[in-house]
Amino acid sequence: MSAQISSAPPGAVDKAGEREPLLSIRGLRVGFRRAGNQFEAVRGIDLDVAKGEVVGIVGESGSGKSVGMLAALGLTSKNAVVTGSVRFNGDELVGKPAREMRKIRGARIAMIFQDPLSSLNPVMTVGAQIAEAVRLHQRVTRKQAMARAVELLHLVAIPQPERRVNQYPHEFSGGMRQRAVIAMAVANDPDLLIADEPTTALDVTVQAQILSVLRSLQERLGLGLVLITHDLGVVAGHADRVAVVYSGRVVEQAGVSELFADPRHPYTRGLIASIPNLEESRERLFSIDGSPPALGRLPGGCAFHPRCIYAEARCRTEDPPLHDIGGRFSACHFATTLPPFHSAALAAASLDSGSVAP
Amino acid sequence: MPFLVLGIVTIAFLITTVTKGDPLTAIVAEQQMSNPEVVAAAKARWGLDRPLPERYMIYLGNLLSGDLGTSFITKRNVGTDILYRLPATLELVFAAMIFGTTLGIVLGVLAAYFRNSLIDHGARLFALFGSSLPVFWSGLGLLFIFSVMLNWLPGPGRVDARLALPLGITGFLTIDSLLAGDWTVFKDALWHLLLPAFVLGWTVSGTISRLVRANMLDVMSREFVLTARAKGASEFRVVIVHALRNTMVPTLTVIGYSFAYLITGAVLTETIFSWPGMGSYAVEAARALDFPAIIGVTIVGGLAFLVTNLITDILYVVANPRVRLS
Repeated sequence: MSAQISSAPPGAVDKAGEREPLLSIRGLRVGFRRAGNQFEAVRGIDLDVAKGEVVGIVGESGSGKSVGMLAALGLTSKNAVVTGSVRFNGDELVGKPAREMRKIRGARIAMIFQDPLSSLNPVMTVGAQIAEAVRLHQRVTRKQAMARAVELLHLVAIPQPERRVNQYPHEFSGGMRQRAVIAMAVANDPDLLIADEPTTALDVTVQAQILSVLRSLQERLGLGLVLITHDLGVVAGHADRVAVVYSGRVVEQAGVSELFADPRHPYTRGLIASIPNLEESRERLFSIDGSPPALGRLPGGCAFHPRCIYAEARCRTEDPPLHDIGGRFSACHFATTLPPFHSAALAAASLDSGSVAP
Repeated sequence: MPFLVLGIVTIAFLITTVTKGDPLTAIVAEQQMSNPEVVAAAKARWGLDRPLPERYMIYLGNLLSGDLGTSFITKRNVGTDILYRLPATLELVFAAMIFGTTLGIVLGVLAAYFRNSLIDHGARLFALFGSSLPVFWSGLGLLFIFSVMLNWLPGPGRVDARLALPLGITGFLTIDSLLAGDWTVFKDALWHLLLPAFVLGWTVSGTISRLVRANMLDVMSREFVLTARAKGASEFRVVIVHALRNTMVPTLTVIGYSFAYLITGAVLTETIFSWPGMGSYAVEAARALDFPAIIGVTIVGGLAFLVTNLITDILYVVANPRVRLS
């Protein structure tokens, strides 16, 4: 574990100006035991989030990005084993008693989830659910809590909040439900908001609205915001810093412009190259060969090597740690020696090699 | 609804006419059956000499004025008989449903929350015994243990026969005695009620607990439960306020159905515990081919289903806001 800590990125501290980060995750591991088998969904995540900073966590489904954040909040299921360190305002959260975690959840750290259709309770009015969030953490009357709920619905730009507050979730559209969920999350003026794929289940036009609501709230309330997504477009438009997660580990972490201009991990390069581009006409979209390894059946060495076009013998035996490469971090043996990045060239090279390889 | 009632009445009436048994055997003493004069007189007295459609119309006409006919056996009005018997059954069934639903919901929730633990297995076993042990076995067994061996609870019957009963308003002994302020009768009636209500409730709790468990497992995996936890709600609040409320719709269906079923289906329990209710009345009527009584019991049973269905439908709306629109 000490190796994990020494390799941890103090990036956020640099960026936010020598401040103690709001959230500081070191060597976070989450293991599950199921029917005698044990496997790790998260194999060491290091991440800092400063006050008022937007951090994007990018990765494929099943890469462990959501589980990691759930574990940080103590929301994983009973059979999960969480180790490592999660510090929030200097306060260690891993191993904290459930009663104390409840005082932090929803009050200081809020979390919203992917599917607004199912993240509201269908048999309670939207207002009652927001008021509940208020009353769980503030000593106010039912009436005051409902008034606050109306105010919050107004804050997330829901029209006619006085009427809407007494409606049930099924009377709300998908986008409005996600707004209501956001309203509920910021009910107690938290310091940190973790949004787990907040727009994935929504129409494209609604996605943009939800993201702008999130961003304006983040700026107005000075929230730290963690955006978990598999959509690089969302990250490019909204995050200050990005952590790329692959099979349970952060493989690259950098400022958003650095990351897109010059990715220093082959997986990140693959991700960026597979974004559709209007300017360059290509017949086929680039895709990374192969599929992510199944949990519990990781390849030896670097977890990405079977799919990596730069892989060498060393990659099969030695798992590279996340290391500092000048204010940013990469977990690749060749982080500093990778050829200059050009997404079209990478795509072309890969397609060529793909046609040659048996 | 009125059509359903008419249907019930008609079918109940017709069923009795197609049975092979001759109601005269119930009315006329055996040695008189060979006497044609007596038989004819009996037929005329009970209207059995008239054609079926006429009898049906007469019955319907009487029914409209609230007359269920006269019992062959007790020679009293069936309506009066039923009014005397029904409260006893209702009291038993209400008590049984209180046992059954409380036990069923609590066990179902615990079994789901502590899935695959000792509690879960225990609840499963309890439910299995409850719904598969015949009442005449569990009832007699429990009577033997608690009444005969331990002497904690009184034997069969509704109340100690030596007690003077308060004047009934509701017909529920426990409530009537409470209203009259008669603590001795109340205590005695309550103790008598305990065992049959438990035996009957046990069978119901089995179904309810399994249903609640299955629904809880489904609901607990939904995202709004995670949202509630992320809000900082306590586990108790998450389970009771958020999850359990979402399982109430299917549970209400079973509760309503069980309730209606028990009103006429508590036959065995009533027999074992000598409970003077509808079930034992139905058995006596059937045994004696007492057709007016049989039809009366059938109609009351049918009405019980209609009324509980109606109440269940109304409660759906309370439990599930999504049906309120339509």
